[in-house]
Amino acid sequence: MAEELKLHRTWSSPFGLRIVWALHIKGIEYDAIFEDLSQKSPELLQYNPIHKKIPVLVHKGKPICESLVILEYIDETWKEAPLLPQDPYEKAMARFWAKFGEEKLLPSIWSVFTGQGEEKKEALGLAVQNLELLEEQLKEKFFGGEKIGYLDLVFGWLAYLLDVFEEVIDLKLFDAGKFPLLSAWMKNFYDAPEIKEHWPPRDKLVTKFQVLHEKYQTANPPK
Amino acid sequence: MAEVKLLGVSLSPFSRRVEWALKIKGVEYEFVEQDLQNKSSLLLESNPIHKKIPVLIHNGKPICESMIIVEYIDETFEGPSILPKDPYDRAIARFWAKFFDEKCLPVLGKTWFGQGEESEKAKEEASELIKILDNELKDKKFFVGDKIGFADMAANLVTYWLGIIEEASGNVLVTSEKFPNFCAWKDNYSNCSQVKEHLPPRDAILAHFKARFQAAADATAPK
Repeated sequence: MAEELKLHRTWSSPFGLRIVWALHIKGIEYDAIFEDLSQKSPELLQYNPIHKKIPVLVHKGKPICESLVILEYIDETWKEAPLLPQDPYEKAMARFWAKFGEEKLLPSIWSVFTGQGEEKKEALGLAVQNLELLEEQLKEKFFGGEKIGYLDLVFGWLAYLLDVFEEVIDLKLFDAGKFPLLSAWMKNFYDAPEIKEHWPPRDKLVTKFQVLHEKYQTANPPK
Repeated sequence: MAEVKLLGVSLSPFSRRVEWALKIKGVEYEFVEQDLQNKSSLLLESNPIHKKIPVLIHNGKPICESMIIVEYIDETFEGPSILPKDPYDRAIARFWAKFFDEKCLPVLGKTWFGQGEESEKAKEEASELIKILDNELKDKKFFVGDKIGFADMAANLVTYWLGIIEEASGNVLVTSEKFPNFCAWKDNYSNCSQVKEHLPPRDAILAHFKARFQAAADATAPK
């Protein structure tokens, strides 16, 4: 029943989108609560007092926080259309690459977005190295194999945000020629039916990230 | 040839997490002590991305990242379960494990090895984080349920190791006056036989950290 399951998210957050996609793939109904992070709802603060962040999944009144933790909870609670591999070794590999994505790849790309001058150049080198490591991991159409799985949802943000960042900072981060497999994956993921109806409007994203980029430029002017 | 090999460092809490998991399942393994100043070719081949310990090698296949290894062990070998069975309890265990590794450890690292203002700021932040743990552990014996589990093991560094590190650095952050529930949990944890019997020698850890603090002080001493 939809009232048993609520998802606190925002219109644009890739972390929230992971959960939206997962619930769609599993065919689970839920109520979406769109948060304004400048004015967090009392429910959000009650459900996630420690981090005060989205996404938060609330199932029968019990909150689960942290998108990767939520994905595993969803996969363990609703068994149809499994997201994680069944084999423990393959599962460990998926978790390893998800951690790499969160702790190495995403921060390196974010540093390119927020950085200036020398710092930006270094960050770009690191980001490209990290993307190369990811390119090597693609053996089939999706990270999950023939069908979208956990790791595709974890990396899904690349398929819509990389190109928005590139437009805002006017810098080519991702050379499709250098990353043929990732490029093909991004297109396949972007167009997948369970994914594409949930993309946030691109023009709104560009505006949002332009504003954010300017904030970083003025906070840390180049020396 | 041992089917299960653990590349680790016997003084390291990260290594010990995995050893604890293997022991709880009664898995026989070969421990291969690593020299992190002179990394073995086996370590570099098994963990080319991070080049870190611990690495579990099972039937020739390497698994990296200590808590990912612990989950792998839980899912692969028979024996008492490390993560709870219920998906919600599992989510809570994973949430707290993440909180340690991603929030607490980096901040604690800065309190010990940060310079000047960075270290002072980190001490304030560390106090806030331990307060969160203290609140969580009120009326609780362990993080989830009444036996030692995944989240407690993730927090192992702040049990046995923390006291020793504080002695080596001369800086005490954690007292039972300030954090009574946290300290009670620490005692419960340290008294568990599965843990107590498998801790590295106190003197060796003390000597190791004294040397590290001395080296850091020498590096920043005025010439």
